[in-house]
Amino acid sequence: MAERILIRAREYHDSVRLMRVSEAIRKSPGVTEAMVMMATPNNKKILGNAGLLSGEAEAAKADDLVIALIADCEANAAAALELAEDSLAQKPGGAAGVAMPRSLDAAHAATPGASVAAISVPGEHAFREAKRALELGLNVFLFSDNVALEDERKLKALAAEKNRLVMGPDCGTAIIGGACLGFANKVRPGKVGVIGASGTGTQEITSLLDWLGAGLSHAIGTGGRDLKAEIGGATMLQALDLLAADPGTEVIAITSKPPSGEVAEKVVAACRAVGKPVVINFLGLGKTGTEGNVTFTDTLAETALAAARLIGAEGEMPALSDEEAETYLAAARAKRTDGQKYLRGLYAGGTLCYEALLGLKDLTVQSNLSAGAGPLPDLFTSVGHTVIDMGEDDYTDGRPHPMIDPALRNQRILKEAADPEVALLLLDLVIGYAAHEDPAESLAQTLTEARASAADAGRDLPVIVTICGTEADPQDHAAQVARLEAAGLLVTRSNAEAVRLAATYLEDLHG
Amino acid sequence: MADQSNPLLTPGALSVINLGAELFAEALRQQEVPVVQVQWTPPAAQDEDLLDLLDNLL
Repeated sequence: MAERILIRAREYHDSVRLMRVSEAIRKSPGVTEAMVMMATPNNKKILGNAGLLSGEAEAAKADDLVIALIADCEANAAAALELAEDSLAQKPGGAAGVAMPRSLDAAHAATPGASVAAISVPGEHAFREAKRALELGLNVFLFSDNVALEDERKLKALAAEKNRLVMGPDCGTAIIGGACLGFANKVRPGKVGVIGASGTGTQEITSLLDWLGAGLSHAIGTGGRDLKAEIGGATMLQALDLLAADPGTEVIAITSKPPSGEVAEKVVAACRAVGKPVVINFLGLGKTGTEGNVTFTDTLAETALAAARLIGAEGEMPALSDEEAETYLAAARAKRTDGQKYLRGLYAGGTLCYEALLGLKDLTVQSNLSAGAGPLPDLFTSVGHTVIDMGEDDYTDGRPHPMIDPALRNQRILKEAADPEVALLLLDLVIGYAAHEDPAESLAQTLTEARASAADAGRDLPVIVTICGTEADPQDHAAQVARLEAAGLLVTRSNAEAVRLAATYLEDLHG
Repeated sequence: MADQSNPLLTPGALSVINLGAELFAEALRQQEVPVVQVQWTPPAAQDEDLLDLLDNLL
């Protein structure tokens, strides 16, 4: 066995690139483990668990790079280290021989027609770059999180002054004229405009619009805190004005967690004044019904359905037949042991997780999200019914989002499968641009292993997976569904349906 | 003072400068959306202090 742990001070690469370099090294001859990571506290824990945290790596700072690997002999370790260094030396995007701008200003000077800066640098640097982008007259798609609330307020004040948008911070999704920014789906063109304070909430609504035959004009992200009192819905209100003036948008749908009272009043008043029908989904508020041009909805699926019907699209909401769902659940019930009592929900999509917690409110569900019955004492260990968002910072600091890198969730699935109290797994699978190129394959392999280990212990492990995406997405939706179904899973097309079925399955256990 | 109108939703106007994860630039190229990737690196600590000072002055 030979080990190499190398620290390269103040060398930055984004987490997705480092994940790819790690994967390439793991395939190098004789390599049994390889991790190339920024030395964030979370990544140091991961290195420690793999036995790769040397004293030097322990002392490294978050902006230092760690290359750590184990191979079967000195020669293979040396070859793998050389491969890592070569891979890191390659220019991004494979643009060999092409000079790449090294700053926003240089890029803007070379691209005078640019309209958007997409920013996903570490949070502590995001404010400065976003501010500069606004000063240059660019709109900002700000994927970065860990931006201070006061900095968000300042950015949005500057954006209002410049008549530009700040979509974010922590904005996962936008679709502008069919072009996907961040994690987003290939949605047919149409006349519904969407404004979302959440990424996967927007992905679920826009994908379902596609299934309903309605289509999309634009989807504008606001970032999850936009409707907090401190920000006042600044981006939401600007986006409403833009969609109100957009001739290609006939109906507007907005989604957010419930805002503070004052902001809610302001947003609803603005919706009433846009001169177009508006569907408002304040997730968890429980308000439904139509008042004038405004329709309130409870779930993401109902939001898509209401918007689709308002523009006259008559497609059916994609759903399993009652027979299909009941057959699966009845077979699972028949095999359930007395000890199998609890639900474990492992989500990649934050708002899908939040919606699940709302739909399961009759149960006592622990979560890392505030909508749960209580916080988990240990984020890496489930207790009773547990439903978690694995896209939260607690799990992703310094590593890619689970929609790109399924490794951490796969580990957690195997852990849940070993727990004799687990009655049901509830999962999401999000496809689309920027997501993993074949997430169903990775998930199906893991679940096959998980179900086999449960079977060895005399238990069946039923699994419900909701898939978020469209038939036009690059991953091939039908093939993704087929792969999951072949692994013995129940696959739904909306999260609302998945949550409803999970609640039904657990009903006889908990009254 | 308000700038000119926002061109964000104007058909065919989307052109992106990407700072950070190359993955997002790759996804835009896949969709044939014009995108320029910035070879971004964090400013050195002493530069950061200087930039903060300038921000406060301006």
